[in-house]
Amino acid sequence: MRQTCLNMVYSLAKEDKRIFYIGSDVGVGTLDEFKEEMPDRFFMEGVSEANIIGMAAGLAMEGKIVYVNTIATFLTRRCFEQIVLDLCLHNANVRLIANGGGLVYAPLGPTHLAIEDMAILRAIPNMTILAPADAEEMKRLMPLTVDWPGPLYLRLAKGYDPIVTNGDTPFKIGKAIPMREGSDALIVTTGIALNGALEAAEALAGQGIAAAVLHCATVKPLDAETILDYAAPTRVIVSFEEHTSIGGLGSAVAEIVAEAGFDPAKRFKRIGIPDMFPDQYGSQESLMSRFSITSQALVSTVVQLNEGKAASQLSAVKAQ
Amino acid sequence: MSNSPTKIESALGTSTVLDSRSLELRRRIVQVLGDSGRGHLASAFSLVEILRVLYDDVLSYDAKSPLWPDRDRFLLSKGHGCIALYVMLAEKGFFPESELARVCKSDGILGGHPDHRTPGIEASTGSLGHGLSIGLGFAINARYHGAGHRTFVIIGDGESNEGSIWEAALCAGKHKLNDLTVILDYNKYQSYGSTFEVQDLEPVAQKWESFGFATTEVDGHDVDQLSSVFATLPLDNSKPSAIICHTVKGKGVGLIENDMEWHHKSRVSDDEIQALMSALEEVR
Repeated sequence: MRQTCLNMVYSLAKEDKRIFYIGSDVGVGTLDEFKEEMPDRFFMEGVSEANIIGMAAGLAMEGKIVYVNTIATFLTRRCFEQIVLDLCLHNANVRLIANGGGLVYAPLGPTHLAIEDMAILRAIPNMTILAPADAEEMKRLMPLTVDWPGPLYLRLAKGYDPIVTNGDTPFKIGKAIPMREGSDALIVTTGIALNGALEAAEALAGQGIAAAVLHCATVKPLDAETILDYAAPTRVIVSFEEHTSIGGLGSAVAEIVAEAGFDPAKRFKRIGIPDMFPDQYGSQESLMSRFSITSQALVSTVVQLNEGKAASQLSAVKAQ
Repeated sequence: MSNSPTKIESALGTSTVLDSRSLELRRRIVQVLGDSGRGHLASAFSLVEILRVLYDDVLSYDAKSPLWPDRDRFLLSKGHGCIALYVMLAEKGFFPESELARVCKSDGILGGHPDHRTPGIEASTGSLGHGLSIGLGFAINARYHGAGHRTFVIIGDGESNEGSIWEAALCAGKHKLNDLTVILDYNKYQSYGSTFEVQDLEPVAQKWESFGFATTEVDGHDVDQLSSVFATLPLDNSKPSAIICHTVKGKGVGLIENDMEWHHKSRVSDDEIQALMSALEEVR
């Protein structure tokens, strides 16, 4: 996914001279072709993320479209004020390509795990947040990032993630993508968690529960209209994401559903990273299992909610 | 090109006699403070001659067309000195003088820190340590297009505690941005006290030199010195420039010079405004 994204930056830049790339001491060889063919629009600066965001903002204020690339945590945690003031306050056309969203860097430990990136960015006016599910979806969305107004955060997954999107629905920033229909339950997901959500829906179908799956590749602005359309006929709504349960997609869906005032109320549960720092190494997959962000946990949650249990009575989604 | 600066140089600027234009600009600043009731008066006073020379003689701009592409870019990164900038921008016609009576008011366009929505202001600054990096973006863009315009960024001494200033300095030095000029308003006081006590920057000129800047030091209240150093920019064709302006916080009114209480006095009485005004009259 990362490679696809950077390849697209290169090909888009060849067509559009407004496009600049700034990396912060990322891996050797990154975008060598870009550097060779368009050296005056390629910048590899040092480990100085705060400066890079400001510099990108200055370029954007001059009419450029700047793709900034480094590790997700260093962008979102270290540069939060630069993102808020230099990018969002000025509505600057800077695209943050965030390597290793979620639990991707599991072996590197909690210093490198972007578990709250979407929560903190979601709270900033003018910010757009994209979390595609696979490399094919990345190909469809990248051309749309060029002329999208204002700052944009692009959460990248590990790479070589299974291709689960199909492109039947044209990608549109701000629109949720229905991946599966069903009126017994609604699963709302984003990023690579879509894969587990689709597996769970398939397993649920085997148990006679028809679950719809909505893929919110755009976490902000969130497509409230489509979420409410799909929520209306179901009794059960579960959010499923590789992100802390505090403030992420699940919280955003809860806000929309709670304010819609459904009567009878929906049975709702968030599945995500619990309120703790990841305390194990291993792999992205093993940490997802540790936090029960798995298709099995999702199936069990939907089944129990479908049986009438309240979310607070469920045990399956607590840290194992 | 600089000598080793010592704390003795904090005396620079203290004895400079202000001319009538400098006093008039200060009276307008006091008037703004009187109308708004708040603002960083002392920080504005240390900037007056730097801004005056920039806007009178140095910067290219068109007040009627603030986004004229060939304008020189100017950023007041130490945004809390903005009242001095507002007085200058109003005088040059970027917005009506009447706006100066509405600073920090809900029906005004001017706030307690520079706002990018204001004509003549490139970017919102005031949270310290942002302006120089934004200026780098401006300067890199100008170089990319082979445009002749220049970028000037005024930073503060307290602001120079921010790590992002030095990240930006490294970057500007690396790219040899000779059309970028950093102007340090070195009044030697920050919010809590003297810069020598809170976070000593010395040897500050040597720091900028070692980061790849051509550096010089001037009396930041001496209009002739400022004019002649700006006229020689870039100081070195292969480097960005840093001008260390030795200034006095509150310069112009003995009552407030180097008085910590005036850094960001939140309430100013009518009597105090009167006292400031008459002090500025007396000097004249």
